[in-house]
Amino acid sequence: MSGTGKIKPGYARSLDLKHGCIEMAHGSGGRAMAQLINQLFLAAFDNEFLRPMNDQASFPVFNGRMVMSTDSHVITPLFFPGGDIGSLSVHGTINDVAMSGAKPCYLAASFILEEGFPLSDLKRIADSMAQAARAARVPIVTGDTKVVEKGSGDGVFITTTGIGMVPDGINISSENARPGDKILVSGTLGDHGICIMSLRENLSFHTSIKSDTAALHDLVADMVAAVPSIHVMRDPTRGGIATALNEIALQSSVGMMLHENQLPIHEQVNAACEFLGFDPLYIANEGKLVAICAAEDAENLLKTMRTHPLGEKAAIIGEVIEDSHCFVQMQTRFGGKRIVDWLSGEQLPRIC
Amino acid sequence: MLMCLAIPACIEQLTADNHAIVNLAGIRKEISLALVEDIVPGDYVIVHVGFALQKLDPIEAEHTLALFAELSAFNQNS
Amino acid sequence: MKYIDEFRDGALARKIAASIAAEVNSQHDYHFMEFCGGHTHAISRYGIVDLLPDNVHMIHGPGCPVCILPIGRVENAIQLAQTPQLILCSYGDMLRIPTASGMSLLKAKAQGADIRMIHSSADAIKIAQENPRHQVVFFAIGFETTTPPTAVAIKQAQALGLSNFSVFCNHVLTPSAISHILQSPEVRQLNLIRLDGFIGPAHVSTVIGSRPYEYFAEEFQKPVVIAGFEPLDVMQAILMLIRQLNQGRAEVENEFTRAVLPNGNIKAQMLVAEVFELRRTFEWRGLGLVPYSALKIKSAYADFDAEQRFPMPALSIADNKACECGAILRGVKKPQDCKIFGTVCTPENPIGSCMVSSEGACAAHYSYGRFRAEKHVTAKEH
Repeated sequence: MSGTGKIKPGYARSLDLKHGCIEMAHGSGGRAMAQLINQLFLAAFDNEFLRPMNDQASFPVFNGRMVMSTDSHVITPLFFPGGDIGSLSVHGTINDVAMSGAKPCYLAASFILEEGFPLSDLKRIADSMAQAARAARVPIVTGDTKVVEKGSGDGVFITTTGIGMVPDGINISSENARPGDKILVSGTLGDHGICIMSLRENLSFHTSIKSDTAALHDLVADMVAAVPSIHVMRDPTRGGIATALNEIALQSSVGMMLHENQLPIHEQVNAACEFLGFDPLYIANEGKLVAICAAEDAENLLKTMRTHPLGEKAAIIGEVIEDSHCFVQMQTRFGGKRIVDWLSGEQLPRIC
Repeated sequence: MLMCLAIPACIEQLTADNHAIVNLAGIRKEISLALVEDIVPGDYVIVHVGFALQKLDPIEAEHTLALFAELSAFNQNS
Repeated sequence: MKYIDEFRDGALARKIAASIAAEVNSQHDYHFMEFCGGHTHAISRYGIVDLLPDNVHMIHGPGCPVCILPIGRVENAIQLAQTPQLILCSYGDMLRIPTASGMSLLKAKAQGADIRMIHSSADAIKIAQENPRHQVVFFAIGFETTTPPTAVAIKQAQALGLSNFSVFCNHVLTPSAISHILQSPEVRQLNLIRLDGFIGPAHVSTVIGSRPYEYFAEEFQKPVVIAGFEPLDVMQAILMLIRQLNQGRAEVENEFTRAVLPNGNIKAQMLVAEVFELRRTFEWRGLGLVPYSALKIKSAYADFDAEQRFPMPALSIADNKACECGAILRGVKKPQDCKIFGTVCTPENPIGSCMVSSEGACAAHYSYGRFRAEKHVTAKEH
């Protein structure tokens, strides 16, 4: 027939990245889905492993121990000062992998999209992920998208999975803390959580604090090179440093003594906590780590951390002690002692 | 008790409907001045549930701090 | 943070501690009640007990409005929240309080009730304006500090002609609770508790002033020192109480002069008097019925009274039998004296009222102080 000669195989009109929205068709496996993946995700993430567009990524591995981690990301609002759900989802999984001392190698990303979600926002998120992955030199090698009906999601949920290679001779684990060890953090605590809370409509306060979301693997590489015998590393995300330390204390069957006057906390984070009745030790971080090492290595480790831009404000904040109760305690600035307990339920703003 | 979570903050700017922006170490928040009188920018007020409860008296605050310092002098002498 | 950090200075704290140590009479024990949860919280959070001599004992009082609100009222709020087309606005503090059946506002919200956490009574007004087809009820709790903002909200609702806004009023009064404790048989006749003096409320006093406490100093011959909620304020107040006792005085002294005037905040008091009146009696969790200890909305503002607008049965729900909250709130027992403290009753699974709010005596001790060996004897062993 006369017209068919003009039809290009596989042709589809370009995605309307300005005004278009996610439709159920974008998850149905048809042409619309292929188009979304090609024009939005593949265009952003492009790398040699992803390009063949198989259902799986194929890549070389090396001898030695590998680690794997997965993390789902849900956040309101999706865009915030310092980052967005895209960069967060890359950093979060890289950090989880890196906390073993490993060098992160590859990422996978899975998206749950809500019908009606603007394509312009999705593109912004995909570009931000791509930029974060490139900056970290960790490619996104495979992925998946699903679409749920309007009302069944919150715009976009992103799950990322990462794998990494642990250098020989590194044995970092949450059960390795020993009495006498020193506890270090890489910088100011609570920035991410306070930034996000300030954007929630009903809390209504204004701050210039930005989310600290960042990939920590380069900092970790420097640390591991300087002190290969680091005992424990953890990124204190949800539940803050208090939760991370309580988990480690329990897993290592030890206690801890923190020194309040050593804790690096931005004064705006302290001030916001005063308003809301929060404790900065329980506020989330997305670009900080806590490390535990033998006392004799602590100064060396601290110096190494401080020479890296992401560890400029690193500090030794306490030490591991013997304690059959596994209490994390704190010497207060005021001169007394108190427990830094597990959080009971979600931290809710108080008025009393 | 409920009164506990109240914090002194500095009045930065008066806003419409008898409200004001307070500043606490860089954190800014709009509060109501419905319970206080004669507030001007630069005043410190005790803020509770979004309301200024009372103006803080800077001279009395100095006085209380001086009292603490006096105690320390007393200790050093004794 | 100006007017905050200076009052948390560790070096000054050690100096005040040295003065306290130098001035206490080692032959005596001193038993002081801090009425307010705010002071309880400061004492726990800063570890003030570590800076006090062994013969100075702090007894936690009932000054936590979350702890003393009877379960029946929480049950009322939950039932209200389950009304179709109704939005219940609550301060975050109340959301987790469990009822006898283990229900809470947070759980009701998970099951679909429209419960909004607010930070100011003004937020509730805004929600009412934005949802004209819904009834919006503000679950108002708190002592004299939190009452004036509720009064402002009711006046504002009237001015705006908001017909869908009402207040479930649970505001309570500090002086009547202190009276109740001082008149309790444990203190007056049985001598079960020794109370040598009170640390008076900080922010309540900014509203009511220092005068209302003069009655206690005179009638019961107990010194009262009104103190700010910063840890140096508390230390200083303890020193002032010790000096009064050593000198045989029983007066009202004001350590918190930077915010507390003798007559308090008259404007706030007048607003409260315009909108609220005394209840003849009100139940306090742990203390029972306390006469003239709470406020209700005046009939002139009945349109904004949720108790007039909605059916609210008077529910009297007894606390768990094993729970010692009543005795703890009256200062007769310490959290550690309760059999279920830290075992059945924890902040994750609170049984009694003192465990539910972070300002409750049990929660403060559990969260901040349970590492501490029992070096301080209980008050009744004097």
